[in-house]
Amino acid sequence: MTTTTKDHAELADIFNKDEERVDWHDETLWWIRAKRDKSVHQLPEWEALREAASNIKFNVLSNLDTYLTAFEAAAKANGITVHWAADAQEHNQIVHGLLTENKVTQMVKSKSMLTEECHLNDYLATHGIEVIDSDLGERIVQLAGEAPSHIVLPCIHKKKEEIGDLFHMYLGTPSNMSDPQFLTETARGSLRETFLTRKVALTGVNFAVAETGEFVVCTNEGNADMGAHLADVHIACMGIEKLIPKREHLGVFLRLLTRSATGQPITTYSSHFSKPRAGQQMHLVLVDNGRSVQLGRKDFRNSLKCIRCGACMNTCPVYRRSGGHSYHTAVAGPIGSILAPNLDMKKYADLPFASTLCGSCSNVCPVKIDIHDQLYKWRQVLVKEGYAPTGKKIAMQVMAATLASPTLYHAAGKMGRATIKYAPFAVNNKLNPWYKQRDMPESPKESFGEWYGKNRSKK
Amino acid sequence: MTVGLFIPCYVDQFYPGAAIATLQLLEKLGVNVVYPPNQTCCGQPMANSGFEHLTGGCNRLFIDNFSGFDYIVSPSGSCVLHIREHLHDDKRPAEAKEVSHKVWELTSFLTDVLKVESLPSRFPHKVGVHQSCHGQRGLHLSSMTELVAPSFSKPGSLLNMVKDLELIELDRKDECCGFGGTFCVAEEAVSAKMGKDRVADHLKHGAEYITGADMSCLMHMEGILKRQGSKVKVLHIAEILNSEG
Ligand code: SF4
Repeated sequence: MTTTTKDHAELADIFNKDEERVDWHDETLWWIRAKRDKSVHQLPEWEALREAASNIKFNVLSNLDTYLTAFEAAAKANGITVHWAADAQEHNQIVHGLLTENKVTQMVKSKSMLTEECHLNDYLATHGIEVIDSDLGERIVQLAGEAPSHIVLPCIHKKKEEIGDLFHMYLGTPSNMSDPQFLTETARGSLRETFLTRKVALTGVNFAVAETGEFVVCTNEGNADMGAHLADVHIACMGIEKLIPKREHLGVFLRLLTRSATGQPITTYSSHFSKPRAGQQMHLVLVDNGRSVQLGRKDFRNSLKCIRCGACMNTCPVYRRSGGHSYHTAVAGPIGSILAPNLDMKKYADLPFASTLCGSCSNVCPVKIDIHDQLYKWRQVLVKEGYAPTGKKIAMQVMAATLASPTLYHAAGKMGRATIKYAPFAVNNKLNPWYKQRDMPESPKESFGEWYGKNRSKK
Repeated sequence: MTVGLFIPCYVDQFYPGAAIATLQLLEKLGVNVVYPPNQTCCGQPMANSGFEHLTGGCNRLFIDNFSGFDYIVSPSGSCVLHIREHLHDDKRPAEAKEVSHKVWELTSFLTDVLKVESLPSRFPHKVGVHQSCHGQRGLHLSSMTELVAPSFSKPGSLLNMVKDLELIELDRKDECCGFGGTFCVAEEAVSAKMGKDRVADHLKHGAEYITGADMSCLMHMEGILKRQGSKVKVLHIAEILNSEG
């Protein structure tokens, strides 16, 4: 709805020009959703686990200040240097500052959606720093010059042939290679080189334990560990909502996270970082970037319970058919659509409308976020704040007036049916988006109300 | 027991057959049904578009029309869900609340209130059931594939009472058809693609009819079937349950 960016509907329309690709994208993600279903149905206690996780996160959000101060104190006592960033800009400056201090112009980074949200790579690039993403999917989109299209599966929108072309262009592989085994080994070789030569490694944070001051990073590739263990400086960046109170709570989340994400029982690596090893620096950047504002929005605060499993995207029938990039924000899909308007209502006013409110997202969410209800509530907020197009405002007013009056309604109904019946061209043309791919319902000779008047009301 | 028949605007205007079948079916089951002639719409099209604040008129009208009944029954899960969740009136809050608690979607009214155990109907065809999202996830008309919970289906159990009817299995049991109210035009590309995929699942498994408890989803799929020149028809579940074919 801004003039500079295309909105979700326009971007989805472009994505849908290639129907075969849409089918492939949809089926790939559906396959992951099916894997998730299979693995959660093996746990009779699944719904109880979700409830527990949801309650733990509620507790964290209600006492966030206390947990944050406790966490900071414990982390410092462990020898971690703690930084606070109010927004994306400050976060980027802190990271840049640490690199400058250590006289480093190259960094290796493992997966962190927070740094995507803050556009860290772009920021550092403009300051002459080279960042190499070490998560395979992220490395691929980085080579393609794109943003991740999914929070867990960043390059799920790319076919293996396209990846082969990218590797041919940037990593010197022969052309037309699309064997996954070969491609993975190529990436592995090139990343090894990176791990061995970078003095600074940045990682994300999946869970930060308030009680112990440690943080946990989950990956399937071990790339966070390779980066952090080899580097002299480990920088970890996390949103302030990533806290959990105690170590014992981790069991709940680790069981939920990867089952929801990919259907695996647990991530291959769930690594605890509690203190720097001798001679190493460990920095932790705690980022707000709109989170405390969201915490203050009663209807939307529990969106902060999100553990970024991506299940809501995999199940979302709209996401599967419009692709992650159509959401034009770092976190795509249903959860992104309730987080983004908090950051910028104008820019993301389209996203809460990019849903049928089918509710599947709320059902898969391991921390029970009422995602589809929040989408509905955001719509009300956005319209009240004036972000509805004028045409829609007028149409809605006319509709509301007609439907509030039986007389107007009956007159309009008759007219409507007559229009469709006698002048199909008035409706069945390309200007009506319904008609582009669907026929209109046939118009019956009388409405039910009319039928009832003739057949029953005199009984 | 007197039941107020709530026929949503688009059913009234475009699918009188579904409404007539609902009425006849309830009468057949011995219910005293009254259709208040001044009803229009539940207000959902405005509310789901973010204009809930414009639904005051619809809400008042709905309460005026329906506050006197023991139950309010409607052949549309989506509209029922909207009334259940969003009907309000600042001047008459108690009445609004009472009305919103009395409203029932047809199939759940049949299974949960009337506790219907058999039907005199016959429909000798292969039928696919479309679980509409608002009915299924909102009103819990059937179990949902995402949840770890026992499986059930209120529409399914009713259809199983129909003689000679064969229910088909789908690959994706409860995927959305993409209608979504104004979503169907605002997000035309995705909406139509979702509808095509939904229809394809039914066709793949040999459906002769697609049915469901929500006429709006069926209208969407009908639009696609017709455009494809398919012979497969949509029928509201009331029409099948009422059929003596
Ligand atoms: S909202 Fe829920 S389902 Fe979606 S990514 Fe977050 S935790 Fe996962």
